[in-house]
Amino acid sequence: MRQTARIISTYSADVFGVCSALFELGGMTVMHDASGCNSTYTTHDEPRWYDMDSMVYISGLSEMEAIMGDDEKLIGDIVSAARELHPNFIAVAGTPIPTMTGFDFDSIARMIEQETGIPTFGFKTTGMNTYVQGASMALEAYARRFVEREVEKTTHPSANILGLTPLDFTVNGTDNSIAKFLENAGFEVISKWAMGSTLEELAKAGKAQVNLVVSAAGLGVAKALKELFGTPYVTGVPMGKVYAEKVEHALREAVKSGDNQILHLKGDDGEIVVVGEGISSLSLAQAIELEAGRGARVLCATECEEEMLRKKDQITFDEEEIEEALAGAKIMIADPLYQPICPKETRFVPLPTEAFSGRIYRDEIPNLVDGFKDFLRKVL
Amino acid sequence: MLKKVNAQISQEGAQITIGDASFPEPFVSGLEYASPARGTWNIVHTGMLIPEAHEIFVCAASCLRGVVLTAAEMHAEDRFSTVAVREHNLLDGDMEELIIEGVSDIIEKLPVRPPAVLVYTSCVHHFAGCDLDMIYRVLRERYPDIDFTDCYMNPIMRKSGLTPDQLMRSRLYTLLKEREMRPDAVAIIGNDLPTDENSDLMIYLKENHRKIHEITSCKSYEEYQKMAESAYYISYNAGAVAGGNMLSERLGGKHYYLPFSFCYDEIENSFTKLAEILGTPKPDFTGKREACDAALKETRALIGDKPIAIDYTYCPRPLGLARMLLDAGFKVERVYLDTISGEEKQDFIYLKEYYPGLLLYPTVHAKMRFMSEKEPSDMLAIGQKAAYFVNTNHFVNVIEGGGMLGYQAILHTLELMREAFLEEKDMRTLIQVKGMGCEGCCGL
Repeated sequence: MRQTARIISTYSADVFGVCSALFELGGMTVMHDASGCNSTYTTHDEPRWYDMDSMVYISGLSEMEAIMGDDEKLIGDIVSAARELHPNFIAVAGTPIPTMTGFDFDSIARMIEQETGIPTFGFKTTGMNTYVQGASMALEAYARRFVEREVEKTTHPSANILGLTPLDFTVNGTDNSIAKFLENAGFEVISKWAMGSTLEELAKAGKAQVNLVVSAAGLGVAKALKELFGTPYVTGVPMGKVYAEKVEHALREAVKSGDNQILHLKGDDGEIVVVGEGISSLSLAQAIELEAGRGARVLCATECEEEMLRKKDQITFDEEEIEEALAGAKIMIADPLYQPICPKETRFVPLPTEAFSGRIYRDEIPNLVDGFKDFLRKVL
Repeated sequence: MLKKVNAQISQEGAQITIGDASFPEPFVSGLEYASPARGTWNIVHTGMLIPEAHEIFVCAASCLRGVVLTAAEMHAEDRFSTVAVREHNLLDGDMEELIIEGVSDIIEKLPVRPPAVLVYTSCVHHFAGCDLDMIYRVLRERYPDIDFTDCYMNPIMRKSGLTPDQLMRSRLYTLLKEREMRPDAVAIIGNDLPTDENSDLMIYLKENHRKIHEITSCKSYEEYQKMAESAYYISYNAGAVAGGNMLSERLGGKHYYLPFSFCYDEIENSFTKLAEILGTPKPDFTGKREACDAALKETRALIGDKPIAIDYTYCPRPLGLARMLLDAGFKVERVYLDTISGEEKQDFIYLKEYYPGLLLYPTVHAKMRFMSEKEPSDMLAIGQKAAYFVNTNHFVNVIEGGGMLGYQAILHTLELMREAFLEEKDMRTLIQVKGMGCEGCCGL
C-alpha cells in the first residue's frame, strides 16, 4: 500500500483524541508540536471550543529546541502556565517530531508533577494513528489515576458509558440518548466517559455493575475498570429497537456472568457496507440486519481490535483498500467525504462524523439512538 | 490596572501598556492558544491560487487533518491529495520512496493530468534528512509534462530562516517560465486577496496603461504563465518580499516593495518611487490628504468616543492604524498582536511616547483562553480576532488588508468603520470561516 488518498479525507489523529477525551475534565492538555495542531483540533475536531473554556494548548516546539533536546523550555512553559491557570491535571501529548527525537513523555510528566504538585500524564501519541488510539489511552490513564478504589458496587443495576467523544457522537444529544436508554432499561448511569459527567461522577465509576462501550475509544478504560473492579463490559451503541434489546440483554448477561459481552449476531453477507469507527459501525450494521433483514458488513477505518469485528468485517485504513473492499456493495453508508470513491453501481447514503469530515456536516449528523428509524428509511 | 480574569487568574503577562512594552516581543512566549477566529489563509488556500495545479501533502495524520479539511471546506477536494507518513516510514528509512511512489500513484489515478503539482513535505522530512532534490529530479523525469514545485509544511522552521508564510508566497511563482518580457507589463505578487480595483495602485497602473497581472485573477495555468512577461514585480505584503527577490533573480524583472501604510508621507514617497522605477509620471496626490482628513473627521463625528480594538490580522500595520486613529481623536484602547514587525518600529516608538496608555494584548498567550469578554461589549473592533476577544458584532471583517492600498486603504478603512458602527454582523459565524475570500479567487 502506498498510503495515498487521492480524494478522501483523513481521520482525526491520536493527539486530537487525547484532547477530545479530556476536554471536559478541567485539565490542561498540551500538544507538544511546532504549530498547526492546535488550530486544526480547535477548528475541525472540537465543537465545544467556542463555548467551553477548556485548556488545550500547543507547546510551539522550534527546530533548535528539538535538535538540542531542550525539554527545559517545555517544562518551564507548562509549569508557569499551570501555576497561573490551576488545572485539575496536566496532559502532554506527542506528535511526529517528539516521536522522531525520542522524547521521554513519562519522565517529563514526572518532572512537571514534581514541580507543580499537579497530577500529570505523558501520552506517547505520534500523530500517525487515529483519534481512537489517543482517546482510548487518555480515558484509560485518567481512570487509573482518578477513579476511587474504595467504592462498593451498587446493589441495583448500574452502568458507565465509555467512549463518548464528539468525534464519534458530535454534540447532538446522542450521549444523553444512550444514557436515557440505560435508564429506561433500569440501569442507573454512574458516569459518562467523557461527555456530560462531573469529575465526582467519573471518580465513582467503580460502583457500576457493568460498562457499556460505545466506541473503540472506550475500550482502554473498559479494560482498566475490569482489571480494577472486575466490571464486565458490553460493546455496542443501542440503535434500532431490536438491536437495543440485544444490547440490554447483553448488559444483564454481563452483570449476571461477570463476563464481557461482544455482540456478534449472525447475518447474511454484506450487500450493505458501513464505513467508519469499529464499534459504532458494527452496531449500525447489526441494527440494519435485525431491522431490515439485509446483510451489512463493516469496513473499519480506525484502530479496532480484531475480536470486536466479525469475519465478514474488515479493517481498512487506506483509500485503495477501501475501494477494493467496496466491490459488490449495493449500498455504502459512510461520511460524505467518502462519496467520491463510492462505486458507480453502489448507492451512497451519507452518515457524517466529526472524526472524518470535522465541522463541515455537523448539523447533519443524526442521532442514531433516537433517530434510527428515520435513518433506516434513507438506507432502504 | 490589571484585573482578575476570574477568581484565580490575573491578566498579568497577557496585557501591557505600550508605554511598558518592549520591541519587538512585548509578551513572553510560552504555551500557545488558538482563538476561534479563522479568517486568515493557510498554505492550502494560497497554493490553490495557481490555477489547475494539484496539491499533494506528504505528512503524518495530525498534520494532514487540518489541510485536508481546509481543501474540503473550500470545495477543492478534487485538487488535493495526501500521502500519509506512518511510524514504520520513520524506522524503515524509505521516506524518499514513499514520496516518489505516493505522488506517482496519485498522479496516475487523477482523472485529468494537472499541468502542475505542488508537493508539500513536512517537518519529519526535514529532520530525517530526506533527499528532496533527488525526489523532485525523479518526479520531473517520470512526468515531464508536469511542472513540480517544492512546498513546505514545516512550522518547526518558523524561527529559522524564511517563515512558512514567506516560503509559501515565494513558491507561488517558482513555476513561471521565462518568456519575452513586456516593459509595460507589471505583476502584483504575493497576495492572497486580489488588489482592490479602486486602490491607488490599480488606478495608477491603469492610468499609465500598464498591463497588470495578478495571480488572484488568473483563471488558467496558461494565464498564470503569462505573468512571466512582466518586467516589474510589485509586492506590498512584507511576507512576499523574499519571493519577489527570488523571482527577480530567476526571471530578470525588477522587484519593488511598496509597503502598505497609513502614513501620508510614506504613501506618497513609495508611490513616487514606484513611478521612478516604472518610468511613469509622478502620481498626482492633489486633494488626497484633505480627503483623508475629512473622512477621519466625519468618522470620528459618527463614532465618537466608542472604544476601538484593532488586531494584526486586519492589515500589516496595526500600530500604524492605531497611530492614525489616535492622532485623529479616536478612542483606540486596545491592539491585539503577538509580535511587532520591524516595519512598525517607528509607530511603536511614537505610540509609546504619545499614547503610553494604549493597551497591547497577545492573541496566543495561554491566558487568552480566559480573556475574551463573556458578555457582548460596547466596543468597535477592526479585525476578526479583536472582534472575538472584545465580543462585539460591530466589527470590520477584513483580513490581510483586504486588497486595499495607498490613500484608498485609509478611506476604505474609515468607510468600513462607519459601516461597522452602524450595522451589526454575525461575528460568531463570520470569524470561524477559514480562509476568508478564498472562494472568490482560487478559480473555484
